[in-house]
Amino acid sequence: MFLAILAGFLFAFAAPLLYRWLGKWVYVPMALLPFSIFAYLLTLTPSVLGGDNLGEVQQWAPSLNINLHFYLDGLSLLFALLITGFGTLIMLYAGGYLKGHPLLGRFYLYLTLFMTAMLGLVLAGNIISLFVFWELTSISSYLLIGFGHDKESSRASALQALLVTGLGGLALMAGLILVGMAGDTYTLSELLERGDMVTNHALYLPALVLVLLGAFTKSAQFPFHFWLPNAMAAPTPVSAYLHSATMVKAGVYLLARLTPVMGGTDEWQYTLMIVGGITTVLGALLAVQHTDLKAILAYTTISALGLLVTMTGVGTAPALEAMVVFLLAHALYKGTFFLVAGNVDHATGTRDLTQLTGLSGSMRYTAIAALLAGMSMAGLLPFFGFIGKELVYEATLEESPFRWMLFAISFFSGMVFVAVAIALGFGLFWQRSAKPTPLLHPDKALLYLPPVILSITGLVFGLLPGFLVTPLLRRSAEAMLGVEQVFELALWHGFNLVLGLSLLTIALGYVVYRFSNRLQAYATRFNGLYRYGPANLYQLSLKGFLAGVTKITASIQNGYLRSYIAAIVLTHITLIMLSLWKDGPRLELANRLPELAQLRMYEVVLLLMIVPALIFLFKSRSRLTSIAIMGIIGYSIALFYILFGAPDVAATQLLIETLTVVIFVLILHKLPAFRYLSHASERYKYILLSLAFGAMMTYVILIVKQYPLDSELKAYYGENSYLLGQGRNIVNVILVDFRALDTLGEIVVLAVAAIGILAMLKLRMQKGEKP
Amino acid sequence: MELLLPFLIGILFSASLYLILHRHFFKLILGLILFGLATNLFLFVIGRLTRGGSAIISQSERVATEPFADPVPQALLLTAIVIGFGIQAFAIVLIKRVYQSFETTDLDDMSTTDQIEENH
Repeated sequence: MFLAILAGFLFAFAAPLLYRWLGKWVYVPMALLPFSIFAYLLTLTPSVLGGDNLGEVQQWAPSLNINLHFYLDGLSLLFALLITGFGTLIMLYAGGYLKGHPLLGRFYLYLTLFMTAMLGLVLAGNIISLFVFWELTSISSYLLIGFGHDKESSRASALQALLVTGLGGLALMAGLILVGMAGDTYTLSELLERGDMVTNHALYLPALVLVLLGAFTKSAQFPFHFWLPNAMAAPTPVSAYLHSATMVKAGVYLLARLTPVMGGTDEWQYTLMIVGGITTVLGALLAVQHTDLKAILAYTTISALGLLVTMTGVGTAPALEAMVVFLLAHALYKGTFFLVAGNVDHATGTRDLTQLTGLSGSMRYTAIAALLAGMSMAGLLPFFGFIGKELVYEATLEESPFRWMLFAISFFSGMVFVAVAIALGFGLFWQRSAKPTPLLHPDKALLYLPPVILSITGLVFGLLPGFLVTPLLRRSAEAMLGVEQVFELALWHGFNLVLGLSLLTIALGYVVYRFSNRLQAYATRFNGLYRYGPANLYQLSLKGFLAGVTKITASIQNGYLRSYIAAIVLTHITLIMLSLWKDGPRLELANRLPELAQLRMYEVVLLLMIVPALIFLFKSRSRLTSIAIMGIIGYSIALFYILFGAPDVAATQLLIETLTVVIFVLILHKLPAFRYLSHASERYKYILLSLAFGAMMTYVILIVKQYPLDSELKAYYGENSYLLGQGRNIVNVILVDFRALDTLGEIVVLAVAAIGILAMLKLRMQKGEKP
Repeated sequence: MELLLPFLIGILFSASLYLILHRHFFKLILGLILFGLATNLFLFVIGRLTRGGSAIISQSERVATEPFADPVPQALLLTAIVIGFGIQAFAIVLIKRVYQSFETTDLDDMSTTDQIEENH
């Protein structure tokens, strides 16, 4: 499994190169990658079906208990097969869809990166590595949505998707860490057995809220659903793959995965049922209002995701079985429809439902795929979608206080699905029309084969559910329920209530389809409501955030050096005083006063030279005088160094001081006279700040000097500088021998400064040129 | 002296910070130099003062005997002084060039490049 992920990343980054070598044939290796992973996963299938959960650990950060841990059970196998199987078809399809696109190599890079990340996400056996892959899918989704980067709307949609899912991702990270704390492990297989420990933990509620935020943003649940329709700015293969079959189901996967860990509580159940229910109905309502093919598909996807979340929330065995079955069925028919929509768009140049008609003649195979997918979506008899819908109805009608509510929700969305299925599967292609929409170019095999394969898969799964899919779906449900499942999938359950309801759905769905024009006209009256919708809220908050940040930045970064320095100094003082005030040592001056008696006369003289010099410095209005005063101060300090045993330092100080004065006089003699530039009130503020800073520094030194200095370095150098360094001047030996490399660095700094000075002096501005 | 020097350092720091907070270039440089002096002295005093003994091993001995001054702060100081000089020289030349190009000695006249426009 680790190798599969690694190969994915390698292939992803090799894609642009492969495109340069292979040209339009680049899709062959790119499709081979998911196909071989798919085949590899198939070889693991028998053991997983036999009840084994495969694990694989690569050490990553063992000290943090974060490892590249892979874990394969029924649920992850189902998703992994879906990702790689569907991925193979999408890679082929993209080769046809974007044929000749100059950035096809880059597209494959993003797409393969996404596929690998998604695979890593479902195979992750450590919740932190799960989170890492989760974020990678968000990022690659951002890149894919923004693939048409020359369009502003694409960029805005990409950013929106990234911000919404990224914020959710942050919440998820915090949530997963809390889960890890509650369960005392980040390893999934261990967490799965500690459900009680997690749900009874004090951190359960915050963890739940954060994890759900992550899942809901990713799976486009209300009120975060708005990013998904906008994400349709991506090329169609991306919409089909990411925004219908895989990435948006990551949230559902997470919920399913964590059901044994966090599920079963009232909070979990109600939140999921309410949010999922609202999303289901809202998605269905919005779907009938649109005429853009991809928008319709996006909203029905939202509705389906809502239904999946609702079913996860119900949490009973039939509900979770229905969830996995419906998930697979939905991926098959919705993926087909997206590819069909892509073909139609590609061939006719439009995606508007009202302008498209009678395409069955010119796009025969696409039309067949659409018809098959439509029948599956509508829940007609021999298709897998039928089984999914039956199970959903059965699960909602289980004995529970909410049964009618749940049923109404699923019935409503089922009705809309039927209407959409008729419109897309039948109306678009097979309805007789006097003027079929003309094609810009004929359908190509690379474009119609993937949807045909997908839709036929839906039919085959429907015809032979017991043999092909039941074992895997059983294991998936088992992963969520923790108990072995023995349900059987069958097409025919006999004449019963559920079958009757299915028929009723189809009949009502047809009615909705017939009157869809009128419904659309009616729906426009609600457009005023959008102003209060979350999409608008997103825009407003984004604008407000940007404006606020600009304001704050403008006030912090105002361009005035003084205020920067004042802020730095003030922070410095506050932090130091806070830490000293709280439990720092107290200053004891009283018993140190006798030290004053040891004062020597010449020391006092030096002090008495510096302080008046400073006063004089402030009074002086002449540059030359101030330079001279600076000299006095510098030399006096050099004398201090001599008095306290540092002749080398003193010598350097004297030299440097002389040099500084020389440079000053040479360079700055031609500046204009001093002026008072700042206001008096400002000056008082700065005087106060300066005094506070000086006082703090004094205080710090006094405190430090209360304690003896325990330096082993002094003893070491004193002992060894002659023996090891052959020098009697210890300071010199340190500089040129023990720490010679530091001295070299110092010389380099000086050289750099000299080069900089030289450059500035040589810089000659052209006349009128502003630097 | 151990008791008085901290106060001298505090005074130096206050004065230098006040000079740095001026709008005039020249005062800024004076402040920077003074700040450097204060910092050096700060390091020196923190490293303990030794009266009447330098960090030099006398001719008759092979290892240093107490009292000798702690050589570590001194070595640090030497480096700091020299690098501080590099910075001073650079700042002086920079200010000279700025004055030649902009004909101003007021720091506030040069705030525009660092300000962001609010109407984005």
